[in-house]
Amino acid sequence: MADIAAEPAAWQTARATRNGMTLGLAVGVSGLAFGAAAVASGLTVAQTAVLSLVAYTGASQFALAAAIAGGGSLVAGTAGAVLLGTRNTLYGLRLAGLLQVRGMLRLPAALGITDESTAVALAQPGRAAARAGFRATFASLYLTWNAASVAGAIGAGHLGSPTAFGLDVVGPAAFLALLWPRLRDGRAERGVAVAGAAIALAATPFCPPGLPVILAAVAALGAALRPATGEPAGRPPGEPAACAAVAGEAG
Amino acid sequence: MTGTWIAVLVTAVSCYALKLAGLTVPQRVLAGPRAQRFASLVPVALLAALIAVEAFGRGRSLVIDPARLAGLGAAVVALLLRAPFLVVILGAAGTAAVLRALGPVW
Repeated sequence: MADIAAEPAAWQTARATRNGMTLGLAVGVSGLAFGAAAVASGLTVAQTAVLSLVAYTGASQFALAAAIAGGGSLVAGTAGAVLLGTRNTLYGLRLAGLLQVRGMLRLPAALGITDESTAVALAQPGRAAARAGFRATFASLYLTWNAASVAGAIGAGHLGSPTAFGLDVVGPAAFLALLWPRLRDGRAERGVAVAGAAIALAATPFCPPGLPVILAAVAALGAALRPATGEPAGRPPGEPAACAAVAGEAG
Repeated sequence: MTGTWIAVLVTAVSCYALKLAGLTVPQRVLAGPRAQRFASLVPVALLAALIAVEAFGRGRSLVIDPARLAGLGAAVVALLLRAPFLVVILGAAGTAAVLRALGPVW
């Protein structure tokens, strides 16, 4: 900060940190809902805490709680929850090149990969800001999500519905804000985003929650296999047959 | 009880391993232009899908939740006005919360 020439970069880093902290706090509060849902489904407080500490990925955690609540096969429930975790593998592929984390530092960094930390890192103009944004989102979301999970599990979930405070809108609004610059500037990105959204919406009635978002990766695949000059149209949405097959495995 | 613990531990460790796998894939695997393009576009596809599903989804059905959509509309307006990030998400959540507080219509 002392060096004026370094100010813009320092500003970028500070803004990335601030945005990451904000998003982590706002989204982390929904851990209350997870904690309450987990205990209602029959998980203990300890099991709820282990999921939030180690899995640390909302979609998979909610899926396992729902499967246990439904009383179905634990193997199918576990397989479905793990399948939903594959979207973090796809995020990791991108973040590996962006964050350039080396050696043992990859062990803690991997834990921090979520929709939120990926979105914040990708929205930054440079590597230093991307790393700062990732770290800030990880720290703030991890602490808030875990504290809120335990609080929800021991009964604080009854305090009020998160939707009453509009917290269900925080996630999509934040992702929209973070994607905004890429959608504004990139034609290919806009095509992929529209195709991804269309695929997910078309698949929603046919799939368990969480799967439609993973199927949207097909939009990126279609655009990547296409020559860079072409307009990426993605793939026609709605593949009920393929989706039903995957859904059957996921239970 | 034991079965549930196994399910919890397998889910937790597998989800972590899936994250680590993406981060530790050798960079030469991603060296090709198509692989790079895929890795770069995948978050755009997934995050756009998340926005759509969180805007219109409720379990397996698609719904119109006026308060939720109004909140997202407020976010779009804030983004068009180049508002800071915090204003965008507070405006979105605040709009939805106020509309819901106003009555059952929302």
